[in-house]
Amino acid sequence: MAKVTMTVNGRQVSGHCDDRTLLVQFIRENLGLTGTHVGCDTSQCGACVIHMDGKSVKSCSILAAQAAGSTITTIEGLAADGELHPVQAAFKANHGLQCGFCTPGMVMTAVDMIRRHQGQLDEATVRAELEGNICRCTGYHNIVKAILAAAAEMSGARVAAE
Amino acid sequence: MGVEGIGARVARKEDKRFLTGKGRYTDDMSVPGMKYAVFVRSPHAHAKILKVDASAAKGMPGVIDVLDGKQILADGIGNLICGWMIHSKDGSPMKMGAWRPLAHETVRYVGDAVAIVVADSVAEARDAAEAVVVDYQELPVVIDASKAIEAGQPQLHPEAPNNLIFDWQIGDETATDKAIATAAHVTEVTIHNNRLSPNPMEPRAALGIYDAGDDHYTCYTTSQNPHVARLVMSAFYNVAPENKLRVIAPDVGGGFGSKIYIYPEEIVCLWASKRTGVPVKWTSDRTEAFLTDAHGRDHVSTVKMAFDASNRIIGLKVDTIANLGAYMSLFSSAVPTYLYATLLSGQYDIPAIHANVRTVYTNTAPVDAYRGAGRPEATYLLERTMETAARELGVSPAELRRVNFIRSFPHQTPVIMNYDAGDYEASLDAAMQAADWNGFAARKAEAANRGMKRGIGMSCYIEACGIAPSAAVGSLGAGVGLWESAEVRVNAVGTIEVLTGSHSHGQGHETTFAQLVADRFGVPLDSVNIVHGDTDKVQMGMGTYGSRSGAVGMSAVVKALDKVEAKAKKIAAHLMEADESDIVIENGELKVAGTDKSVPWFQMALAAYTAHNLPSGMEPGLKEGAFYDPANFTFPAGCYICEVEVDPDTGRTKIVQFVAADDFGNIINPMIVEGQVHGGIAQGIGQALLESVHYDASGQLLTASYMDYAMPRADDLPSFQVSTSNTPCPNNPLGIKGCGEAGAIGSPPALINAITDAIGNNALTMPATPQKVWAAAHAAK
Repeated sequence: MAKVTMTVNGRQVSGHCDDRTLLVQFIRENLGLTGTHVGCDTSQCGACVIHMDGKSVKSCSILAAQAAGSTITTIEGLAADGELHPVQAAFKANHGLQCGFCTPGMVMTAVDMIRRHQGQLDEATVRAELEGNICRCTGYHNIVKAILAAAAEMSGARVAAE
Repeated sequence: MGVEGIGARVARKEDKRFLTGKGRYTDDMSVPGMKYAVFVRSPHAHAKILKVDASAAKGMPGVIDVLDGKQILADGIGNLICGWMIHSKDGSPMKMGAWRPLAHETVRYVGDAVAIVVADSVAEARDAAEAVVVDYQELPVVIDASKAIEAGQPQLHPEAPNNLIFDWQIGDETATDKAIATAAHVTEVTIHNNRLSPNPMEPRAALGIYDAGDDHYTCYTTSQNPHVARLVMSAFYNVAPENKLRVIAPDVGGGFGSKIYIYPEEIVCLWASKRTGVPVKWTSDRTEAFLTDAHGRDHVSTVKMAFDASNRIIGLKVDTIANLGAYMSLFSSAVPTYLYATLLSGQYDIPAIHANVRTVYTNTAPVDAYRGAGRPEATYLLERTMETAARELGVSPAELRRVNFIRSFPHQTPVIMNYDAGDYEASLDAAMQAADWNGFAARKAEAANRGMKRGIGMSCYIEACGIAPSAAVGSLGAGVGLWESAEVRVNAVGTIEVLTGSHSHGQGHETTFAQLVADRFGVPLDSVNIVHGDTDKVQMGMGTYGSRSGAVGMSAVVKALDKVEAKAKKIAAHLMEADESDIVIENGELKVAGTDKSVPWFQMALAAYTAHNLPSGMEPGLKEGAFYDPANFTFPAGCYICEVEVDPDTGRTKIVQFVAADDFGNIINPMIVEGQVHGGIAQGIGQALLESVHYDASGQLLTASYMDYAMPRADDLPSFQVSTSNTPCPNNPLGIKGCGEAGAIGSPPALINAITDAIGNNALTMPATPQKVWAAAHAAK
């Protein structure tokens, strides 16, 4: 048992866990943040994607202890002041989710994707970037549409702000 | 239609919780004192259990208990059952072998559950599970269904000699043989339908909670039909009587059929909770899901299609062997019979059809319904055969289909189904136009200049949904009725709750069912809540599968709304001293037609509950329930066209366009319907191009992770062009046919027809991997 401390969704949190505890287990079991999901055991499906120090990470591929001292954002921390993040809003507007299970990972991946590409995305790039996230419901059609819509809106907002 | 009513493209009410991480799935549930379960599973495909020794495991850190198959047998927990009786053509009932929730004598596939370990954490339970010593005596194994029914093969169940479960037939064999004998042309093909793993993204899970104070059980589980789960667990497995068992299917992360069935794990978790005195939660990992979730498809068929001199089909003869795996899952017997062979007429007027189906035990995971369930198998068989025939006869695939389309309705096929409405040519024309079929030759020539082989293929599918009139399915062997229930509760402030026996696991019922109410009463969508998935809240229901929630579940809601409307009008008429026949409901008001008199909806509702001024003799309150039993199956149909480019150097197929033109009858929310089609097509493309369950000869599952089983990913798929041209269903109040399975049914043959067109070789099986396509392309030279 080790004591692990990190900042999650803007709040410093601590918990005791086995050395072998994965970050996703720590988030779900210790912190009770069940929006981050586990859909496989080979780091393929991406349902567990969170942001660690600003980058998207599969939280099943890292131990909780390795994340000590880091700054984590989970799906629960994305919407500010009760307003959906533009990516969340775009998923809703474009019907980019059905059963909702892959959705948190998809959204967290999309936010990071848009950031890295500074909103300059096309369909082929989005599809290639989604390689590590599996959805069984949507056929990806509306997920791709949602990410492109969010990217356009966010880069438009950035241009307007500049 | 209003902005939130029937036909409106309303964004989903349920999305907010899923997008903000507030969804509540079974594994998210946590109750005080809860412990975690891991199952000890057979590593052998076939073996006798000589001894289960849990003594070391029981002493390990955190372990509460280890329970095995002898204990669950001693406690009187029953066998798992198949709920649809099929009789062989000799009149004998199907041969159902025993399926124990925990095996105590014999294991019959890799993953068969042998014991449950309950511990403080999943990790400790897993450690202890590895310390449970099971002595196995290995037995010979058979994987292939065609081989399993030969003499001298390993026998799985003493009840089923030669592993044959039933040998069933449908149609007129004599008439069909005569048609074949007199035909101008007979197309003969062998069709393989590959075994698939459904793979909803949420793995199965169960939380069993036994309350000793009330001798009451609660089961949270990943179910598409919690009431059926309660019924079966109560009536057949002796877990508890129905009034002592509450089943809750909270948010469920996809099902695709695989979460219809009652599996060993939820039964064992409930039983283990009583035995250990603690709540017991089990969550499947993905490898367990591949091993133990019911698989789909796995048919091999030989087909003879007979044509007259004018290319009209005069007979169709099919012989199918269907692999049902090691045990008969809940609806496994219905899938390759009444959900398959009854659709073998397709969209075509075929005077004589005969199908023979043999179902077989093998040392593999149980096989049951997976999205489409029998109808994809029928469609793939027919549409591959039609394409082959068109090539043999030297006519265009579209023309061969046109010549044979059914054009007047109702149409009675030779295989039970009575099609009620449709316009198959409209879908074909819409798809061909959307795909620019006539421009294909130029695109093919352009691709050839780049060294690419371009091909185009179509598929005209029909399916039967809603399943189905209870008396009809009862006469065919179903153990349950297939109606649906609904209850509409108008609260005193006018807000409305709709309780439905349908279950949403991605389909968006919380939105579409609310749209019905908004449409009827003109109340805001936000004032309507849909309640589902809990046997303590909803009295009874048959759940969601077979694209039935719209056609059957919503029809029950409509019936209940009719009753609410009638009473609301009586109350309003009384309040306004008008005749109830003059009352109309618009925009949330009850009005006296042709006057300016009106009562707001909420005021009428309040009057119902204050009961100060109701019509003489009227009961207070406003709550009505209804059961709806469908009058017929519904028959969605459509045409799918796929265009591909094959790289002859690598065998890699690229889908350059995919067009779907569907007839779903009336539509409540086109956005949601399109989403269903997209997802279905993706699963169909997955079957045709990528996915296949593989066992080795010893029965080890080679495709037990996402590293080995090729799930469709975003960059495997194109965007889809979908459209609808609808003929309303005449047999239900909303004119709905259903849309959940069409994509998975119509797409595989369109894709394989396109690839075989591109490479000029018709001999290709699914999945069309680059290696297979390359080999077939080069064999064609």
